[in-house]
Amino acid sequence: MRRLALLLPLLLFVAIAFMLWRGFSLEDPHKLPSALIDRPLPAFSLPTLERPDVPVTKADLTGRPFLLNVWATWCPTCRAEHSELERIAAEHAVPIFGVNYKDDPAEAVRWLARYGDPYVLSVIDADGSFGIDLGVYGAPETFVVDAGGVIRYKRVGAVDRRVWEEEIAPVLRELGMEFDDLPAGAG
Amino acid sequence: MRRLLLVLLCLGPLVAGAAIDLQEFDTPAQEARYHALIDELRCPKCLNTNLSGSDSPISADLRRTVARMVREGRSDEEIRSYLLERYGDFILYRPRVTPATWLLWFGPAVLLLVGAVVIVLMVRRQRRAAGAADLSPEEAERLARLRAATDASRS
Repeated sequence: MRRLALLLPLLLFVAIAFMLWRGFSLEDPHKLPSALIDRPLPAFSLPTLERPDVPVTKADLTGRPFLLNVWATWCPTCRAEHSELERIAAEHAVPIFGVNYKDDPAEAVRWLARYGDPYVLSVIDADGSFGIDLGVYGAPETFVVDAGGVIRYKRVGAVDRRVWEEEIAPVLRELGMEFDDLPAGAG
Repeated sequence: MRRLLLVLLCLGPLVAGAAIDLQEFDTPAQEARYHALIDELRCPKCLNTNLSGSDSPISADLRRTVARMVREGRSDEEIRSYLLERYGDFILYRPRVTPATWLLWFGPAVLLLVGAVVIVLMVRRQRRAAGAADLSPEEAERLARLRAATDASRS
């Protein structure tokens, strides 16, 4: 009992040091743990940039794994990740769907014409309500959704080559997709 | 030129005020609930600002959402869980009581209890030590005699 009491300050110190270490170094405080991982993609019915008169629903997207990328013309980071999305669309079989988030549709169509269009289609979320359903707090955000419509991964911020190889491709591989061009060790 | 500057300065506050979005409610109670909610909900984009204090676009959207749900007659609990489902625990400035937050909720009380136990133990030990120093009647008598002798020799 006495010896235990002597150890108490040390134990307290270790506990506090561990908590501070975790809090200050391990986690990026800007990164929210996503509440939507392993939850179904929220239902929606939205027009697209391609056909503003025909609404698209969740059922039109699901059936095989896909990427859902939230983007806007006012978002400079979206511009920065655009070439990587184009590369993925060109080199891989995974479809990329866009969510044009709180944007001017005409501007968005021009943007895609100028920089290229990696999306199968982009739904128009003009007032950001689908964004709220998705827990979006900063574009760009990229989701990996499985064939059954369940969100398996979320990336806040730009997708670059490293994020693709180390984070997105492994999730897609787990979902049964094959990527021949990647070194076996990647991810 | 000076007059123009004066006019511009007078217009300044109007522009500054324009950042505050106006929400209309049917009853003052609804408005009070709205303000209470946006005060205790956290802006997901910012690290330490509530919805009412944040200028970020996502906060404006969420304020609008909260206002709409208040107008629709949803309960505070419904509104909180709606946002919780989408943004996770981060959005709550008043964390839920779950196993992960037990330390946060009950830690201070536990520490207080530990402190109280330590004090009780110390006081007891001190009493016991004092008890060991108690004198037997003969010893007390001897002490009294010695004291009397010392006093006598002094005077």
